[in-house]
Amino acid sequence: MPAPRTKFYQVGSFAVGNRLLPPEQRAVQAAPDRGNALTSGHRACRGCGEALGARYAIDAAIRATGGRMIAVNATGCLEVFSTPYPETAWQVSWIHSLFGNAPAVATGVAAALKAKGRTDVRVVGQGGDGGTVDIGFACLSGMFERGDDVLYICYDNQAYMNTGVQRSGATPPAARTATTPVPGGNAFGQGKNAPLIAMAHEIPYVATATVADLRDLEYKVRRAMDFRGARYLHILVPCPLGWVTDACDTIRVARLATESGLFPVFEAEGGEVTGVTRIRRRIPVDDYLRLQSRYAHLFADPPRTDVIARIQASADRNIRRFGLVD
Amino acid sequence: MLRQMEGSQAVAETVALCRPEVICAYPISPQTHIVEALSRITRAGRLGTCEYVNVESEFAALSACIGASAAGARTYTATASQGLLYMAEALYNASGLGLPIVMTVANRAIGAPINIWNDHSDSMSQRDSGWIQLYAETNQEAVDLHVQAYALAEELSLPVMVCMDGFVLTHAFERVDLPSQEQVDAFVPAYEPRQVLDPDDPVSIGAMVGPEAFTEVRYLAHARHLEALERIPAVAASFEAAFGRRSGGLVRGYRTEDADTVVLALGSVLGTIKDVIDELRESGEPVGAATLTAFRPFPFAALRALLGCKRHVVVVERAFSTGVGGIVSADVRAALPDAEVRTVVAGLGGRPVTKAALRGLLTAGEPEPLTFLDLDRDLVARELARVRARRRSGPSAENMLRDLAGGG
Amino acid sequence: MDKPFAITLGAGSSHANKTGAWRTERPVYVDRLPPCNHACPAGENIQHWLSLAEEPSYEAAWRQIMLDNPFPAVMGRVCYRPCESACNRGQLDEAVGINSVERFLGDQAIEHGWTVPVTAQPSGKRVLVVGAGPAGLSAAYHLTLLGHAVTVIDSGSAPGGMMRFGIPRYRLPRHVLDAEIQRILDMGVTLELGRTVTDLAEAMRGFDAAFLAVGAHIGRRAYLPAGDSARILDAVSVLRDVADGPAPLLGRRVVVYDGGNTAMDAARTAKRLGAADAVVVYRRTRDRMPAHDSEVAEASEEGVRMKWLSTIAHADGERVVIERMRLDETGFPQPTGEFEELAADSVVLALGQEADLSLLAGLPGIKVEGGIVKVGPGMMTGCPGVFAGGDMVPAERTVTVAVGHGKKAARHIDAWLRGGAHRPPPRHPMAGFDLLNTWYYSDAPATVRPKLDLARRMSTFDEVEGGLEESTALFEARRCLSCGNCFECDNCYGVCPDNAVLKLGPGLRYEIDLDFCKGCGLCVSECPAGAIEMVPEVT
Repeated sequence: MPAPRTKFYQVGSFAVGNRLLPPEQRAVQAAPDRGNALTSGHRACRGCGEALGARYAIDAAIRATGGRMIAVNATGCLEVFSTPYPETAWQVSWIHSLFGNAPAVATGVAAALKAKGRTDVRVVGQGGDGGTVDIGFACLSGMFERGDDVLYICYDNQAYMNTGVQRSGATPPAARTATTPVPGGNAFGQGKNAPLIAMAHEIPYVATATVADLRDLEYKVRRAMDFRGARYLHILVPCPLGWVTDACDTIRVARLATESGLFPVFEAEGGEVTGVTRIRRRIPVDDYLRLQSRYAHLFADPPRTDVIARIQASADRNIRRFGLVD
Repeated sequence: MLRQMEGSQAVAETVALCRPEVICAYPISPQTHIVEALSRITRAGRLGTCEYVNVESEFAALSACIGASAAGARTYTATASQGLLYMAEALYNASGLGLPIVMTVANRAIGAPINIWNDHSDSMSQRDSGWIQLYAETNQEAVDLHVQAYALAEELSLPVMVCMDGFVLTHAFERVDLPSQEQVDAFVPAYEPRQVLDPDDPVSIGAMVGPEAFTEVRYLAHARHLEALERIPAVAASFEAAFGRRSGGLVRGYRTEDADTVVLALGSVLGTIKDVIDELRESGEPVGAATLTAFRPFPFAALRALLGCKRHVVVVERAFSTGVGGIVSADVRAALPDAEVRTVVAGLGGRPVTKAALRGLLTAGEPEPLTFLDLDRDLVARELARVRARRRSGPSAENMLRDLAGGG
Repeated sequence: MDKPFAITLGAGSSHANKTGAWRTERPVYVDRLPPCNHACPAGENIQHWLSLAEEPSYEAAWRQIMLDNPFPAVMGRVCYRPCESACNRGQLDEAVGINSVERFLGDQAIEHGWTVPVTAQPSGKRVLVVGAGPAGLSAAYHLTLLGHAVTVIDSGSAPGGMMRFGIPRYRLPRHVLDAEIQRILDMGVTLELGRTVTDLAEAMRGFDAAFLAVGAHIGRRAYLPAGDSARILDAVSVLRDVADGPAPLLGRRVVVYDGGNTAMDAARTAKRLGAADAVVVYRRTRDRMPAHDSEVAEASEEGVRMKWLSTIAHADGERVVIERMRLDETGFPQPTGEFEELAADSVVLALGQEADLSLLAGLPGIKVEGGIVKVGPGMMTGCPGVFAGGDMVPAERTVTVAVGHGKKAARHIDAWLRGGAHRPPPRHPMAGFDLLNTWYYSDAPATVRPKLDLARRMSTFDEVEGGLEESTALFEARRCLSCGNCFECDNCYGVCPDNAVLKLGPGLRYEIDLDFCKGCGLCVSECPAGAIEMVPEVT
């Protein structure tokens, strides 16, 4: 089941904390002594969704494991902005090896811990969408099918942002990238749905989340840590640079992604969907697309209403498929 | 304990004696027997809590070793040929991170054309990957080098590749003296990592390093290899003291004392070469041989000490750099500036290196600087002519096969 | 651990990299004026006392109200709730039930006997207050708290003014009114009842200043063609008689004329006095009726009939003649020449009230215009030391406005007595709905107050509207959006990708760590209350 919602308060459980809530009901991010796994001084762009998502997720993992965890990072923005010599922004035990091997490195760490009888220490692998759904996909799938005791987190910003916004297997249709220029943008009918593929491995736990719903994200990390074996968490992290949005809109645009139905938020156990986060205030996809200049060509003169309609259709399909609206 | 056994089995037994904690396995001939044997050993419980991970590729195999090693586990994997190339990116990473992984490379050719037989193209292609490369001359040395490799790797915090000729050694049944567990335990103490992923003492391993420090980082890796040049003979000496036999080291001479010409090679081909040397000595030829055990780091000083006064050095290589020639020869020339160094490319893709061919080579009047041993010169001449005549003449390999079969 | 050079780095070493240097704008915490506070005629800091109630800290919340208004229990019953009309939550779902919570707090205070201590040093000054209505008692309360000796003179038999004689018991039970007035008197206010001031100059002898709040309790009469047998009364008198004397005889069929709140009170009172039929006759349509919706709705529930677009053309002992009206283009009612008859034993006129200003005769400098006294911004009349407020000065005539006048006048009187001028603190900019990020607020429909069953409403003067329970009052308080002011939801602390928001602890809010803030503005976007703004960096 999704995270229980606290009622009766001004902000309920939608906000990070609330002075009126007992501390145990506040988000991990509300805690004065939160882990700050990814701490100040990192070199992420202003308003970086991935920096936010990574701290949210790893802090939650720290809470869930009592700090007994090791992070394995794929090459990518997160790695580059967090650990340029001579400074690292990580405050957890952390290793970066290569772009495409983070799941396998995580497998190795988990194997070492198991061999040494240190199963109290948990392993979190993490990478961007390129490192996860493209170059690292074989390693990810191998890790899944073997059931290695790893929680792998994909921070999905829908393109190769670190190298300057090129298309990845997670880039949505019509989006403009440096390798899917306008006119047209990215093609329809391509790309892969990593969470559904993860579910096809029938691993214990698969979930999606966004930086716009912290409570849900933290719940899913905590829930993932209830299981042993391979687990997958796919977090939507908007990128102001690549999506061409204002830095202050990072969370808003993630929220609109879910409220439009384009990014379904759900969880699955053993390959079966067990919970979905229902859309609270449904919006047409236009509201989501319009905020992002990577879709500006859809709103030119004349507007590409046909393309927008196809995107709307995919949102509608998600809504039907996952039951996102009551 | 002396036993008659397959090289792969001997290596597997020896690796097991080194008490690896994580073994990552992916099948590729001709190393497959090693990991198969280790899976049986692990499953039988002989390695305690050792994790045996069946990974999905060589890239994953070495990547998992990287993770396991960084987490403080003694790790092992084995590969060959295409597999080594598939893990190339991870090879550089493992050495760059200073992780003491030990890996067996059952040397095999690289395609295309695909070829499963023995030569040194695979490990030679990873010459600059930052790994220590040790080449075994015999199965006994393969056994011994694995024990020494763990001692070296963990002392230097560098990965070590133990290269043994595919099929020629891996599949050969020979008598080997397997060490006892007590001997190995004494020689290879419990792994104490230089750096480790530990939640109680968090560090970030694998930072991005820019121009301001990259040269220094690379230099420090070089310095570590220079240090290895001292440690490799030292470990070999301790090994001899502990196990009572000479194995490993940097480079060994064979009847070189008064030799005018010395044949230098790596790996099992030395057996044939030594036979030829013996025969030529019988007929009074002043020839000797040299076994290069450590190719990386390259033992310039040791080689100069051994062969500094020799007039002629023939380097028999089981790989070559296309468009250039010998790979090992280049380093030998640099080590021995006063010697005439010739390159003999031999035994590619499993072609036998025969005594007759070697003898012919060493007794020929005017040797060429670069020779391809046993090359069917008529065949390649015809093919080259055809290629010149018809630009789009089809794939050379198929044409030559057709030619050999008598076709046009 | 022996860390290899450059490849392996010590945890958290990025603190050396001060990313604040990237910034071109910085977030700044601000306090804005919430619409409820802005709208409150009594000048209550509603948002603040709601926040105290939310904790829940009811006594602290009540004390916060008492800083501005000594009648929370009365307010919680009779205020027409301009705060709720202004409440931003009304644009989200329904306005916060501020009034319900205020009544709950007021009743808690009465139940627990909470009092307000007078801690100011006695000033030695004496202030005369004329009129013991909401304005006068409010002024007396605040002046007492400021250290002045106050005497209140009223011509009535009991204190409270319109609260007692104008508002029916079913809206404001007398024990509630008595308790809140007594609390003021217990603070040391001298009350003289049954004394009508006719010569203010004389009455002010021995006093350093005066506050006049005599109200407007003379029912306005209009010429109504009527037969001799017609029984025509004014609403103010009817309501006063019901409160303080023998109940007036209205008969079984009562027609009330005009559409204000007093008309509703009169019609509903008539029902309670036994009228089978009470009809309100009004010239215009419902949407133009000055009476508040809640009053009209409750009157209708109780069986009061409304005749819109109607005026009384003639009345006699048995009936009234009604002329149909229509609205012209300007919305003004015009006669149509169509008539109908209504049976009526009595006609009650509710045409508004006028003030009795005879006490001002001979006082120099006083200006009266249209039957009301002109006052300056500090509530002082043209006569130095004489201040006025409530229904006798130009303003909306409600209890809440009167209470606000009392407070405002008290502060100006205090300043005047001390030889200075009262300067209210500058007002913050408004916290408009557009500044809020309403996503973060839980969906929480307003709580409905319980109502007395209709049978009892139509036969007794028992209080119609019940109060909230503790749990529902708490719920209602917690529906507050805290517009424009930080309420420590931790959003800014949570959403900063650079951990550049420092959490200072309960009640201390947050601070921006300018060493690391890159100026992305996420904290501003995601602040539910609109309590942060971006300002350009000055370079």
